[in-house]
Amino acid sequence: MSKVRLLVGTRKGAFVLTSDGKRLQWEIDGPHFAGWEIYHVKGSPADPDRLYASQTSGWFGQLIQRSNDGGKTWEPVGNQFAYDGVPGTHQWYDGTPHPWEFKRVWHLEPSLNDPDTIFSGVEDAALFRSSDGGQSWHELPGLRGHGSGPHWQPGAGGMCLHTILLDPRDPKRIFVAISAAGAFRTDDSGKTWRPINRGLKSEQIPDPNAEVGHCVHRIAMHSSRPNVLFMQKHWDVMRSDDAGESWREVSGNLPTDFGFPIEVHAHEPETIYVVPIKSDSEHFPLEGKLRVYRSRTGGNEWEALTKGLPQSDCYVNVLRDASSVDSLDTCGIYFGTTGGQVYASANAGDNWAPIVRDLPPVLSVEAQTLA
Amino acid sequence: MIRVVLPAHLRTLANVNGEVKVDVTGQPTQRLVLDALEANYPRLCGTIRDHVTKERRPFIRFFACECDLSHEPPDTPLPAAVASGAEPLLVVGAMAGG
Repeated sequence: MSKVRLLVGTRKGAFVLTSDGKRLQWEIDGPHFAGWEIYHVKGSPADPDRLYASQTSGWFGQLIQRSNDGGKTWEPVGNQFAYDGVPGTHQWYDGTPHPWEFKRVWHLEPSLNDPDTIFSGVEDAALFRSSDGGQSWHELPGLRGHGSGPHWQPGAGGMCLHTILLDPRDPKRIFVAISAAGAFRTDDSGKTWRPINRGLKSEQIPDPNAEVGHCVHRIAMHSSRPNVLFMQKHWDVMRSDDAGESWREVSGNLPTDFGFPIEVHAHEPETIYVVPIKSDSEHFPLEGKLRVYRSRTGGNEWEALTKGLPQSDCYVNVLRDASSVDSLDTCGIYFGTTGGQVYASANAGDNWAPIVRDLPPVLSVEAQTLA
Repeated sequence: MIRVVLPAHLRTLANVNGEVKVDVTGQPTQRLVLDALEANYPRLCGTIRDHVTKERRPFIRFFACECDLSHEPPDTPLPAAVASGAEPLLVVGAMAGG
């Protein structure tokens, strides 16, 4: 019988949540790496028991942990992230040039077909790759070096590369997103990159239609249709039907289009999910009601999903990497909150229930569907 | 033999209990002790000082003999009591909170 494993990163450790295919009863294992910030944990699509975790601390810096047994045991692997060549500068908050400085790994994206190959998105924004199971890391410098890098500026959360999408049909194509620079694409395995932000409009920057400078919060793709991308931006939910060449807004009837995560249903490429929050300065749900919004039309027409979610006095947030879907026949969807709850829906969002209520603030959730 | 006391998180990472002991050839300094520590426990590389520059991480402190040695140049000889093994070198996570 199929199983689902959730890999949950929190401010104070990692947790592994497992259930059978009914997704009603869950076992909770953890904390792993207690006391450390776990920005992201993700499994290899080629070997689901091969997991990678980004473990970080303001005191002790960055570690990468690797598991070969689905999270039962872990071993630290390489943690040296050195920018290629002279790192150069980006723009600091005050507009002055600021040297690129490695701070942490935000996101880990294992290769679709090789458990030993993995990409990492880091702060200050750059993309690294390991082809030896995380033992050594090498930057793909064409991203920072493509020309606009000196003009990138950090968002309030830091200048992080937080989204990495690998095109399942074209192994040379990778999409990334950076706060607050925007979205970028390579078509030659990371040698060269270009911004793909046409159609984005951000009133918070001097030129709202600028080529770079947009605070993209998250991009999602369905594996069957890699040219269609969905984006949750600082404000606005956006859609591209041409691999990012152009974007159009699909916020439609959302009560607010500010938010962080965005997901695509595992079997319905036009069904997408967002978790709107009130505004850029009030990172909590409108009216204290935690509502996931689902569109079955690829955007514009949205419905609130509320059954089982708190509908009063709820002031948590859902961060950009803190939602995920499984691929069972009835698609499961999951998200974790800054209040430490992890919610699950085994029926594509119609009904929700908390798996666990009192974890540390949740930074990331990844669902694995296991045979 | 130099005695080193690590903070709890680094003891867990290095898979050790209590103090660790390292051998240093010649006059012990911060740099030589950390070199020996990282050689014995490679998992600690990058957690106390930068991989490349070898600069102390900002929120790490080095104490010994009731003195803060954090701002001493890394090649300064450690106190005689540390060199003799009478006192440990303390690697400490700086206080933070609120």
